[in-house]
Amino acid sequence: MSDTLALSWRQYRLERRMFWRNPSAAFFNFLLPLLFLAFFGALFHGEQSKLDHLVPGIAAMSVMSTTFTALAYNIVFLRERGVLKRIHGTPLPTISYFGGVAANAVTNTALQIMIITVVGELFFGTGWPRDWAELVVFVIAGVVCFASLGVAFAHVIPNFESTAAYVNAVFLPVIFISGVFYDVKNVPVFLRDIAEALPLTHLIDGLEGAMVTGKGLSDNLTALAVIGLWGAFGLVFAVRGFSWEQGRE
Amino acid sequence: MSADPAIEVHDLRKRYGEFEAVRGIDIEVQRGEVFGLLGPNGAGKTTTVEILEGYRQRSDGEVAVLGHDPAVRSRELRQRIGIVLQSGGIYGHITPREALRHWASFYPRPRDVGEVLALVGLTDKADVRSRKLSGGQLRRLDFALALVGDPELIFLDEPTTGFDPEARRTAWETIRSLRDLGKTILLTTHYLDEAQALADRVAIVKDGRVLAIGPPRELGVGASHYRVMYRNAQGQLVEHETDDPTRLLHELTESAIARGERLEELSVGRPSLEDVYLELTADV
Repeated sequence: MSDTLALSWRQYRLERRMFWRNPSAAFFNFLLPLLFLAFFGALFHGEQSKLDHLVPGIAAMSVMSTTFTALAYNIVFLRERGVLKRIHGTPLPTISYFGGVAANAVTNTALQIMIITVVGELFFGTGWPRDWAELVVFVIAGVVCFASLGVAFAHVIPNFESTAAYVNAVFLPVIFISGVFYDVKNVPVFLRDIAEALPLTHLIDGLEGAMVTGKGLSDNLTALAVIGLWGAFGLVFAVRGFSWEQGRE
Repeated sequence: MSADPAIEVHDLRKRYGEFEAVRGIDIEVQRGEVFGLLGPNGAGKTTTVEILEGYRQRSDGEVAVLGHDPAVRSRELRQRIGIVLQSGGIYGHITPREALRHWASFYPRPRDVGEVLALVGLTDKADVRSRKLSGGQLRRLDFALALVGDPELIFLDEPTTGFDPEARRTAWETIRSLRDLGKTILLTTHYLDEAQALADRVAIVKDGRVLAIGPPRELGVGASHYRVMYRNAQGQLVEHETDDPTRLLHELTESAIARGERLEELSVGRPSLEDVYLELTADV
């Protein structure tokens, strides 16, 4: 057991080192959400209610990009390169490998949430989070949900060249429909119904409660349940269909 | 160390849907032996090796690798084997030294990283990121990663495919030095000279079956015929194939002497592994 943990830790440190050595991935993970935040923040200048929605919206989006997007990219890449197959042939326990990979994603998410929280307080008048415990709970729920969905989604992507197309075909519609940039309460009913079924909408609700409105965890239990349901769905498919190597033929 | 074979395979079969890639293979690899699976592309070599490595599940048959069923994928077995895949990748931003340190941490008694780097000849490139390494250097890193855990049994799947002659010879030296360390090696190749140069025993595989098995030298001898050649009085090259060269030579020389002729350029050849291979693997 301690061995498994020690190996997870080693894998985690390796993942961190590889992450920082790949500047384009680091850019995608950290700068893109901040650029969105700066752009829409400028657009909504002076409209505090919109800014109060935007900051947790961007926070939720970065949970998705640091887990779902990053993992789908990474797994497809490592699978196509044959790195996963090589690792699978070593005594490194599967749980240690994924422990390290997941911890790496969590670190990125945590860093991103911290940056957005600070930026929100300093530049967009959203103040410090009202409920830190609730923030932690929703971030963890979001990470588990989107990380497992990202791993599951990697099964569907046939090769690395098509990863961007596949990931964006999900990521872009989801961030728009779920209302990262505006409040979904103001959109047509059919779009709102779709949004209500998606986990990101509920993650935004939860983070908005924790970071801005102070609406507590007990009022956001439905949101947590929807995220949990998607997470369970993602986990099942992440584990069941996982492939360590590129399919032949 | 026990005298049990390192690898025992009995009536191994692998089906992919309708297609049967491996159709009843039997092999036994002794400890300390370099065993070659030789055959053309698509013969079922990689499928067989990947079943032994635990990557694939067999459809039928019995398999024991160091006494373990590889399909169970026990950690203990994986601590005792080293795998060089036909094409295995590595993180682009990792250096050989970092990769070896990381890999070493997976094993209970790893070898010294510096020593392994020296063994495969990567000391100069130890701190260069892998994406800047040449194909040959990456292949040496493959070897190093398979060796760093100090395995008893090493799988080499087409270890020198795509190498230039110089790099091949270097790889052969490395493989020989592993044998000298007492390692058991299972090697697949479609190069005859490689099998001949490295393997103690060879199994010639085609269409998922073993066609012949034995030491490369004996595989030639054991084949059905000798080749007797000479130039006749008309200056034509005549070639006979026979199971019994003694009798044939006797007849040929007797009649030549009776006619007062010489059998110019007379030679008796034992078929090489190449002849056997080409004959066995020819499409009829």
